[in-house]
Amino acid sequence: MSIWDYANPRKFMQTSGVVLPWIAGLAMLMLTVGLFWGFFFTPDDYKQGSTVKIIYIHVPAAFIAINAWAMMLVTSLIWLIRRHHVSALAAKAAAPVGLVMTLIALLTGAIWGQPMWGTWWAWDPRLTSFLILLLFYLGYIALWDAIENPDAAADLTSVLCLVGSIFAFLSRYAVLFWSQGLHQGASLSVDSEEHVSNVFAYPLWLCIAGFVMLFVALVLIRTRTEIRARRLSALEARDRMA
Amino acid sequence: MIALLTRDLRLATRAGGGFGLSLAFFLILVTLVPFGVGPEASRLTLIAPGILWVGALLASLLSLDRIFALDFEDGTLDQLATAPVPLEAVATMKALAHWLTTGLPLALIAPVLGILLHLPSAAMPWLTVSLLVGTPALSVIGAFGAGLTVGLKRGGLLLSLLVLPLYVPTLIFGAEVVRRGAEGTATATPLAFLAAITLASLAGLPYATAAAIRVNLR
Repeated sequence: MSIWDYANPRKFMQTSGVVLPWIAGLAMLMLTVGLFWGFFFTPDDYKQGSTVKIIYIHVPAAFIAINAWAMMLVTSLIWLIRRHHVSALAAKAAAPVGLVMTLIALLTGAIWGQPMWGTWWAWDPRLTSFLILLLFYLGYIALWDAIENPDAAADLTSVLCLVGSIFAFLSRYAVLFWSQGLHQGASLSVDSEEHVSNVFAYPLWLCIAGFVMLFVALVLIRTRTEIRARRLSALEARDRMA
Repeated sequence: MIALLTRDLRLATRAGGGFGLSLAFFLILVTLVPFGVGPEASRLTLIAPGILWVGALLASLLSLDRIFALDFEDGTLDQLATAPVPLEAVATMKALAHWLTTGLPLALIAPVLGILLHLPSAAMPWLTVSLLVGTPALSVIGAFGAGLTVGLKRGGLLLSLLVLPLYVPTLIFGAEVVRRGAEGTATATPLAFLAAITLASLAGLPYATAAAIRVNLR
């Protein structure tokens, strides 16, 4: 049983139909527990007061925003190399989710930044690279929408995703050169000394896991919808032929 | 390849080719900025490097959709795709022709517009140098965007949405060279990064451009 079996849309629909309710349920459970834990059962930060609690949405959303693009990169490569349609559709399905996550990260960041930094927005490297990431998502989605032939659209958006990844990466480090930051460094890391206290870290990890499950569930739902839309248009085409 | 280059140059410079349009656009943009921010010399000096670089970037964006669109419509691109010259080389030559008709004149005219914006004279050579080094990257990246959107009916607006985020690193390093030139500090580091971006895009992107064109010709 290899992972490539799921390149068969039939097999994919079968398996994803079975696991989807579990993943969605798990996402709901983890998010409920994680967010309640974070919002009501952690102490206020000694400097930031209760505004620190926005971290439970801000960090997971930012995590998903970046990794959604990474997932699109992998699925685009699989489409270009092995021509599995499910893979291209998964990339298409992930893009709007990633876009919304980027927006959430930017908006919660602004709400957090206003009381803490005294400004909604600063041209900080992290903030700026997220804004650029947002533009990349917009361009990618617009290109999918603009092309009528689905295979050509999958090809062109995949090429754009590859090139865009390189330039997004480049922009991420170019903005470091251009402006000094206001944003803190990594909030979570395995070996670093300077991450958030464990009191905050445990519910945060739970929230991140919940967001990952939510992302997987949303992508599965959207991919299933795309596959059904493909089947419908195939049926319609067959009707027109007959 | 040389024949293709001279053909494109001739097409661009003859009547109706649109040569000079981007220069005029650059001039208008630079004229409009003082109306927007006020005529004080000190303020203009401060923002001149950024305005000049953003202006050059937008001006080169204007003529991007012409790189492949006309050849796509009349079938020349199909001929070129089946020609013995690899399509990657065609894409490079097209980008080079675009640079020779927009980037190069922009770089040469920029110091004159710099005077209008009170750019310090110490920064003038750096402005020309940074534009000379950086605008080839703009043309090559733009050719990639043009290749992606060549099959679309109204690709122009989409083209700018796709290409502008890709321009970010080039813009950052290019404007930084001029800013440092104006302050009189060392410009070698951003200039080296700028050159690296240009060379790397020149080496890699034509493959992506050719791949996109092949998909659009299918």
